[in-house]
Amino acid sequence: MRTPFTIRLIQSTPKSGWLAIAIFATLTLVCVPLAHLALPESNPLHLSAYTVSLLGKILCYMVVAVAMDLIWGYAGILSLGHGLFFALGGYAFGMYLMRQIGRDGSYGADLPDFMVFLDWKALPWYWAGSDSLLWALFLVVALPGIVAFVFGWFAFRSRIKGVYFSIITQALTYAAMLLFFRNETGFGGNNGFTDFKRIVGHDITSPEMRVTLFALSAALLIACLVLGRYLVSSRFGRVLAAIRDAESRVMFIGYNPLHYKLFIWTLSAVLCGLAGALYVPQVGIINPSEMSPANSIEIAVWVAVGGRGTLVGAVLGAGIVNLAKSFFTVTVPEYWPFFLGFLFIAVTLYLPDGVVGLWRSLRERRATAAASDAAAAPVPAPRAAASGPDPVAVSKGATA
Amino acid sequence: MFRSIVMKRMFGVALLLTLLAAPARAALDPSLLAGFAGDFQGRMAAIEALGVAGGDDARRVLDALEAGRLGVIGGRAVIVDGDTVRDAASGEALDQGAGDVELVTLNNRVRRTLANARAALALTSADRAERLGAAITLGDNPNETLLPVFDRALAAETDEEIRGILARAAARIKLASPDALTRLRAVRALGESSDPAVKNLLEGLLQKRDGNWVEAHPEVRTAAKLAIDDIEGRIAIAEGVGTVFSGLSLGSILLLAALGLAITYGVMGVINMAHGELLMVGAYATFLVQGLFRSYLPAYLDWYVAAAIPVAFLSAALVGVAMERLVLRHLYGRPLESLLATWGLSLVLIQAARVIFGPQNLELANPSWMSGGAELAAGVVLPYNRIVIIGFAVFVLVLIWLMMQKTRLGMFVRAVTQNRPMAGCVGVPTARVDTLAFAIGSGVAGLGGLALSQIANVGPAMGTGYIVDAFMVVVLGGVGQLAGAVWAALGLGIFAKFLEGWAGAVIAKILVLVFIIVFIQKRPQGIFALKGRFSDS
Repeated sequence: MRTPFTIRLIQSTPKSGWLAIAIFATLTLVCVPLAHLALPESNPLHLSAYTVSLLGKILCYMVVAVAMDLIWGYAGILSLGHGLFFALGGYAFGMYLMRQIGRDGSYGADLPDFMVFLDWKALPWYWAGSDSLLWALFLVVALPGIVAFVFGWFAFRSRIKGVYFSIITQALTYAAMLLFFRNETGFGGNNGFTDFKRIVGHDITSPEMRVTLFALSAALLIACLVLGRYLVSSRFGRVLAAIRDAESRVMFIGYNPLHYKLFIWTLSAVLCGLAGALYVPQVGIINPSEMSPANSIEIAVWVAVGGRGTLVGAVLGAGIVNLAKSFFTVTVPEYWPFFLGFLFIAVTLYLPDGVVGLWRSLRERRATAAASDAAAAPVPAPRAAASGPDPVAVSKGATA
Repeated sequence: MFRSIVMKRMFGVALLLTLLAAPARAALDPSLLAGFAGDFQGRMAAIEALGVAGGDDARRVLDALEAGRLGVIGGRAVIVDGDTVRDAASGEALDQGAGDVELVTLNNRVRRTLANARAALALTSADRAERLGAAITLGDNPNETLLPVFDRALAAETDEEIRGILARAAARIKLASPDALTRLRAVRALGESSDPAVKNLLEGLLQKRDGNWVEAHPEVRTAAKLAIDDIEGRIAIAEGVGTVFSGLSLGSILLLAALGLAITYGVMGVINMAHGELLMVGAYATFLVQGLFRSYLPAYLDWYVAAAIPVAFLSAALVGVAMERLVLRHLYGRPLESLLATWGLSLVLIQAARVIFGPQNLELANPSWMSGGAELAAGVVLPYNRIVIIGFAVFVLVLIWLMMQKTRLGMFVRAVTQNRPMAGCVGVPTARVDTLAFAIGSGVAGLGGLALSQIANVGPAMGTGYIVDAFMVVVLGGVGQLAGAVWAALGLGIFAKFLEGWAGAVIAKILVLVFIIVFIQKRPQGIFALKGRFSDS
């Protein structure tokens, strides 16, 4: 008899992983809310509204990084269009937020301000149902999911991969950005959606709402990590890694890579959409610049910095890069592009396995040193075995 | 059309001859000036007559009138010149006192007539701008009495724009003629135009006002309809040519951007995301060369573009070699990582340009031989700078083709593109070929930047938009295929421009991207796939 799904889900994450998740959950679900709500502002441990929003934003980015890692680190597909799915989720939820403004907009009309400004008399058909939270949540999942499924089906079916796929996803998100920049598209043009007032009737700027959104982001991240761990350690994940390393061989064995790629691709897009939906109420704005190719490519760098092919690495990378970004844009904004640019280069040249890879190799080196001290005998380098199949080495071999 | 111009010329020459024969007289015909002694109607008639007559004497009288120095004594028009009083017609001094002269007063209508008459005189000016202004003034209030002025001016005028305005004004006067035959001739003459303004004029004839046709005669109306069809046909052709031309122009820029990418991508399988920034390097190099010429060689400023060609090529090539040696060399066989690293390079280059040159856009002056344009028809102008750029793209293409087909290096590049390990085995120094190919590809991008600087602003982020387009060209054309890149660049350029005319720039851009995505579904190897058997990794 097969082990029940829930048991397998729980077992897929090792004990140390659950411990880390428990600590993380305590921090985010208990400590941060208490520090923001219960502690007075004079207390040094009090977290300001700015900090909570910043951390919440970074949590959303971490979810995106995990989604990116699933597709790039485990399936070897570098998407330069994940900003699109993130923004689609954001826009889908933003529509609901716009409707929640009701008559409190600056024109006091039933329609959102930008529609009044464009002299529109009624909501376009695709705004139907946008005042319902359930429909909005459905759209948040469905919209990125459908776009990703359709695009992925066409792309994977004709076996577009590698740089071709990357550039086409970039072109896709660029085209979408142009489309959303148009006022006629009906999503606020340049300015996008902003000036949100409330969610399900509650003030969006209240501390309680801020903490709720923060906690939801943290919960989403935990769910992503557990689900991701389950997927990559299952049989499915192993086929995926095999496709990444040698797609033709996987086909000859009798698997159809299309289904595997399409599933992980769509799932990744849906996760991005969910992150986008939580991101928008926390930052208070969504506009087409979220779809700019630069944003999407930055996501890849988060994952590269943390370490591809490790879920923890993606989370760490998103955290490190975004904290650095917050620091730079506040203190020396003109040096941020230099830093980011050199980070791209340095990570790809010197840290192909990211921070996590660096940590592992350091630990292994220490272990090897200890072992050679003890045995004083040559030990076969355990690096390759411990860090799993090196995708680069394998694909290099296949190309050559 | 040509024949009619000849006819007009001949007619004009005849008219000129009569006019030239006339100035034998010493002064104006005094009867022309008789009206100044009468009421406002008479003054206007006199002013018009002077405008039609033309000549220096008429100008002198009108100048005096405008300056308030024209007066009348005993029914004779005179000009008060300080204390002396001169006869307006002959210019002889008279022995009457200035105090006795009754000065001619003007009202608004007379002033307007005066302006028209002066404009009629200005039509013979040597200054083009003055003639153009006069033609526009007259074209705005055509008047039957001015018809001979128009005919005379048309005969002498060589500037197409002024001719157009004058011919339209004359035709409008003729269209108002009570004689149906005159109107018919005017309509037929107008049918040879290719000017939208003429079309509008003719369309006015085919409307009904208060239940009556504006143009009463049915035959003239039929002729007008035919004339409109002719004009529309001509406009459509001119616009089509204009669109194809701007498509070619866009295509040549795309080609310059894509040629370099085709080489580097073909050889190394690496997409250089900083390729657009190599365009920027070339453009800034051009800017610097222009600055040097302006400071040290202002006499040769017109030729700075020529001097910038090697500078732009070498500076971009140097940056490219540095990129290849420092970064890309270490990422061979890892295309996705190269993508990220080169994107990082592009961020650094853009920010460096921003820090060094400032974030604002710089506008480069076209050399004088590249400014202006050839007018194809009214409203359709082919700018010289774009024509030069198309020629330049062809020139670069030929050079690259010769390099690839006729030189040893080109053979090596092709060999490495087709099969790197095998090329290495037979002794091709692949590493050196990589560096050289990258230098050449980058240099060509620098040349693209030079071309771009002549038609667009130069700014730190000018190259970002071109990398995706250039890559699309490479993908469409087929990797490592020069011919494919050429067809793809021109095809994409023209396709995009036609879509733009039909659906607007943004939608056109989206449609092109969708088209390419669909196209790659069907032909992942591009239009021209390399022949041979390849196993994909």
